[in-house]
Amino acid sequence: MSSEVKNSSTMSEKDKILDSKEPEGPLTDKWHSHLDKIKLVAPNNKRKYDIIVVGTGLAGASAAASLAELGYNVKSFCIHDTPRRAHSIAAQGGINAAKNYQNDGDTIYRLFYDTIKGGDFRSRESNTYRLAELSVNIIDQAVAQGVPFAREYGGLLANRSFGGVQVKRTFYARGQTGQQLLLGAYSALMRQVNTGKVEMFPRREMLELVVVDGKARGIVTRNLLTGEIEKHAGHAVVLATGGYGNTFYLSTNAKNSNVTAAWRCYKKGAYFGNPCYVQIHPTCIPQSGHYQSKLTLMSESLRNDGRVWVPKEKGDNRKPTDIPEEERDYYLERKYPSFGNLVPRDVASRNAKLVCDEGRGVGNTGKAVYLDFQTAIERDGIDTIRDKYGNLFEMYERITGEDPYKVPMRIYPAVHYTMGGLWVDYNLMSTIPGLHVLGEANFSDHGANRLGASALMQGLADGYFVIPYTLGDYLAQTELKPVENDHDAFREAANEAADKIDKLLNINGNKTVMEFHQELGAIMWDKVGMARTKEGLQEAIKEIKELKEEFWNNLKLTGEKNTFNKYLEFAGRVADFLELGELMAEDALHREESCGCHFRDEYQTEEGEALRNDDEFSYVAAWEYKGDDKKPELHKENLTFENVKLSQRSYK
Amino acid sequence: MSKDSMKLHLKIWRQEGPNSSGKLVDYDLDNVSPDMSFLEMLDILNEELIKKGERPIEFEHDCREGICGSCSMVVNGIAHGPQKATAVCQLHMRHFNDGDTVYIEPWRAKAFPIVKDLVTDRSAFDRIMQAGGYVSVNTGGTPDANAIPIGKETADEAFDFATCIGCGACVAACPNSSASLFTGAKISQLALLPQGDPERKKRVRAMVEQMDAEGFGDCSNHAECEAVCPKGISIAAIARMRREYLKALF
Repeated sequence: MSSEVKNSSTMSEKDKILDSKEPEGPLTDKWHSHLDKIKLVAPNNKRKYDIIVVGTGLAGASAAASLAELGYNVKSFCIHDTPRRAHSIAAQGGINAAKNYQNDGDTIYRLFYDTIKGGDFRSRESNTYRLAELSVNIIDQAVAQGVPFAREYGGLLANRSFGGVQVKRTFYARGQTGQQLLLGAYSALMRQVNTGKVEMFPRREMLELVVVDGKARGIVTRNLLTGEIEKHAGHAVVLATGGYGNTFYLSTNAKNSNVTAAWRCYKKGAYFGNPCYVQIHPTCIPQSGHYQSKLTLMSESLRNDGRVWVPKEKGDNRKPTDIPEEERDYYLERKYPSFGNLVPRDVASRNAKLVCDEGRGVGNTGKAVYLDFQTAIERDGIDTIRDKYGNLFEMYERITGEDPYKVPMRIYPAVHYTMGGLWVDYNLMSTIPGLHVLGEANFSDHGANRLGASALMQGLADGYFVIPYTLGDYLAQTELKPVENDHDAFREAANEAADKIDKLLNINGNKTVMEFHQELGAIMWDKVGMARTKEGLQEAIKEIKELKEEFWNNLKLTGEKNTFNKYLEFAGRVADFLELGELMAEDALHREESCGCHFRDEYQTEEGEALRNDDEFSYVAAWEYKGDDKKPELHKENLTFENVKLSQRSYK
Repeated sequence: MSKDSMKLHLKIWRQEGPNSSGKLVDYDLDNVSPDMSFLEMLDILNEELIKKGERPIEFEHDCREGICGSCSMVVNGIAHGPQKATAVCQLHMRHFNDGDTVYIEPWRAKAFPIVKDLVTDRSAFDRIMQAGGYVSVNTGGTPDANAIPIGKETADEAFDFATCIGCGACVAACPNSSASLFTGAKISQLALLPQGDPERKKRVRAMVEQMDAEGFGDCSNHAECEAVCPKGISIAAIARMRREYLKALF
């Protein structure tokens, strides 16, 4: 093993430009020329490496299985009782791939361009192009695993369209595509557990990253059954722990989705990229009461056939079926004739908010718009619609008690996905050598807005087809001395984690975790949500600080630490959300432009669309932790666009 | 939508740990909205318990959309409760009436030991999957996805079996605590697809043997599993598993 690792700590104070380490050469050749030069670990040396993979969603499970197949010893960790429950399982609509099976003119470049444009020109060209290239391999892999994608009568794979796109490139398995792809990756993982190459650690929560000699060498976990604080050493850590949408309390994320693992890495020196880029999905079932614990997404695929509308008049509270055609405003079709109901998510969400703010929202709360299938049912017949969306319609009826075959769905935007995450270079390595970050947990491919059916694509591209190569490259060129889990750094990290748990249990205040989380969520939604202003963000920062202070003085927890204790888990996560919430607001405040999902009221076009400022903000904002009471430091990765022309997005 | 609020009498299984004995404990809960989900009703109860300084009720939950398979409780004697093809997280309180008494218990099966309150250990399912619930392909080098056409009917049927969420309701509902529907669903999915064909004999034997080793009972055709399955998976899966198993023996 050679030791020609680049030393990133020599960066001077004035030079805060981050190096993406993207390969030289034309865009279309970057990944392949990188592979030509990448360092390899010989087959019989791979067994000398222990790799820690945290998280078993699409990115984590595919990475753990693929690395084990290559011969590495993998330790795989998940917070659930089984790796099959990771939140990737809930993705409904589909996965994009530039297969051009429909003969409608799709190419890798077009998928790349749609993704860059959809992200409002705030993503790294080289990563996004690689993602589009790898998309085709994912479908092949999944089919070989026995993933039952939807097919045509002739036996070939079926496709549908998603928002922000004019070709059909989305592969799907009814409304359960995430489930089927995750079970594919899970089955590959189970196969490796059976061979003994993967050791599985379920019901473990990562509480600290352990850094030795500047390199990630292990993690500290809590056994969620026994409360035991455990130390695990390895040669590298792969983090695939998902996004942080639950900062908002109400989101479409699962209840256990959290930022804790990523946040502890941030506090150990990994930069956090673009924390303010949060996707608010336009088609979710609206909130029904204060007790609401989460929001449920209705797949974007519904916008293929559903028409979005509100009454033309304010306060029109007739039943939707009583409102005649000419008194309805199909506002997306009216404002965006070429994309219609299939505009990107940020545009659809913002427009829903606008019509509700005008007083034209529907339902008891006035915070909903209709998604109507009547035209499609009349055109294609009820059976066709049932075949495409049956399980989604049933889910809607179970939750609301209303039948969407007869009355239009009521939908409203909800927090769904976070484009921001730990900053990574082209090799998916964070600013801590040996800490690689995959899937939603990293910031990489979607810029300021993710297109539908691209999250599954990214998670699996990272796990199946990027990390197996780039991790080998790191290991082959890095000198790693033996480190056991009795090293001082492990003891310190374990003590830190244990102290925090004791502290949480000993506050003995009056307010529950849920109450604190709801309050944080309300601040985030009102002031760091769909429309942000300078004043609002400043208020949010102040209010979050106060809430954090109160949390550490007035939290009430019951139960013990040395046993299963769900509310203790939640408390640790909310403590981290409180810190992240502040960073999200800081990031949103500093970005004095609107782009994709980041919409500052001060920066909009005359038509109310996001107004970018490419001269000043065409960069990735990567924040460095400097201490609990200190301002984080901003580093920039300048984005250069050599292959696309920056333009004002138009979906008209 | 009704704005009414209901009062419920709850009888909930409380158990400190795997080796303690448990019992049903009574709780009265007011202000239950018909639009609440069943788990939100338990959230509200837990808030009250924490405020009183008591230990909240532990139950598994995550996606609350009926797809992760975490939630697992027997409501009034029925796994996942009274609504057909619905995981308990998707069950809403509009299916109950003011003044109802509701029994809430964990899955009960030898192969699913109780962890605490309503939480059980379902790791036996992972071990059945490890025994053979996969196609042995490594990452990379796979043929083009359209290289092998699969008829829509076959793909749809395989999908129906593939929708299993691994919740374990089938085991909880079965008088024999059999895992046949869970195991049969995976075997059937892969047996229907050409990708699963090369290993079909080895797979069915390994998975069935593991199922037995975990202490699940045999299937005796009660079909309670199909009745409670939140994804409505048909017991045709079990028939197919048996055919596959018999064929694998010779």
